[in-house]
Amino acid sequence: MLDAMLYALPFLMEGLWVTIEVSFLTVSISLAVGVVLGVALIYGPLPLRLLVRLFSDTIRGIPILVLIFFVYYGFPAIGIDLASFWAAVTALTLFKTAQVIEYVRGAVQSIPQGQTEAAMAIGLTFRERLTNVIFPQAMRRFLPPWINGVTDAVKGSALVSLLGVTDMMYSINQVIGRTYEALPLYILGAAIYFIINYSLSALSRRLERRFSFVQA
Amino acid sequence: MGYDLHFNVIWRNWDKLWGGLLLSLELAVLSIGIGIVIGLTLAVAHVSGNRWVRGAIATYVEAIRNVPLILLVYLVFYGLPQAVDIRYGATTSFVATLSIYAGAYLVEVFRSGLEAIPQGQLDAGRAIGLTPWQRFAHVRLPAMTRITLPALSNTFISLFKDTSVASVIAVPELTWGAQWINLNTFRIVEAYLIATAMYLVTGYVLLFLLRRLERRFRIARHA
Repeated sequence: MLDAMLYALPFLMEGLWVTIEVSFLTVSISLAVGVVLGVALIYGPLPLRLLVRLFSDTIRGIPILVLIFFVYYGFPAIGIDLASFWAAVTALTLFKTAQVIEYVRGAVQSIPQGQTEAAMAIGLTFRERLTNVIFPQAMRRFLPPWINGVTDAVKGSALVSLLGVTDMMYSINQVIGRTYEALPLYILGAAIYFIINYSLSALSRRLERRFSFVQA
Repeated sequence: MGYDLHFNVIWRNWDKLWGGLLLSLELAVLSIGIGIVIGLTLAVAHVSGNRWVRGAIATYVEAIRNVPLILLVYLVFYGLPQAVDIRYGATTSFVATLSIYAGAYLVEVFRSGLEAIPQGQLDAGRAIGLTPWQRFAHVRLPAMTRITLPALSNTFISLFKDTSVASVIAVPELTWGAQWINLNTFRIVEAYLIATAMYLVTGYVLLFLLRRLERRFRIARHA
């Protein structure tokens, strides 16, 4: 069993790199887009708010696996032909963006209305209110669930193996295809995913404890 | 460019999608049922157990929650039979996996539900002479059910979406149905358009029904 694991490890590390790449791209793009859309959902004009709400509710209602297939196989029909890697990243990013939008909404709305009113009273502009009053406080509410959500991105990235992207999940199956030793490899793979995700969720819990003095 | 949509092949193979949807729902219902049993048992064990029991339960919860579902599905279906001498089909294997997966999420839900019951209610139960079992069945359980209902319905809907992963071991659920149509007719855009719509509509119908149920059983905050 140990032999099989040692044999597989170099292949898995190559796959792990792709897993990290996919997760990193997903997490960073969705953070940027999600924060903008989240702010639009709270402060934007009604049509924009409805549009963002529709986007978020639709995306979150579709299984990630179906979303991945849809982007990869369905988008070419409307002229968007993405390589499997980018199709996977796009699908996961769409899903994660919808999540970030909800985290932002929850965090910002947890800030008492009085804060905004006070900021208006001392004559801050909209941008100043956001960056100097609302965001610094909302950050404490946003960070723990968001970091915890990064583990979802890492776990979700395993689905990209179904498009033939050679991430860690795919590498595991490739090695099993050669050695026929399924159990030790799946256990090894589970252990690697566990180490990454457990560290992330432990970090999230620590932050949550640290910020727990904030009571809304 | 210039892709023409032809939905007639979809309607001709409609049974693949409709049957798939029903199986998806069935998988989700079975898994949440078994998951509730696992979750509730472990939550009670966690609340009343010693340090070792708590440690074991925490290990189970963390081990499951930090590993991708697709890996667990492969592990149970392809990996486990190499070690233990049991035979099972893909559907059974998936239900087992998803139940264990659901259980890990539900332990936390039930545990916080149990802890949210005011101590005064349990003391009151003791004061009127209820046995520990009666206190559990008539005081803790009903109160906890009401507290945990919203989290339970969210878990159910997310399990319904997770059933799509069963397609990787060829369980003929909705996503597999869409794949089947693609493989046999090459109408992939139509297949996934319809399957996606079916997931969305079913998900929101479920959400609507469950929210009504929650309202009905909500603990009255205002007298």
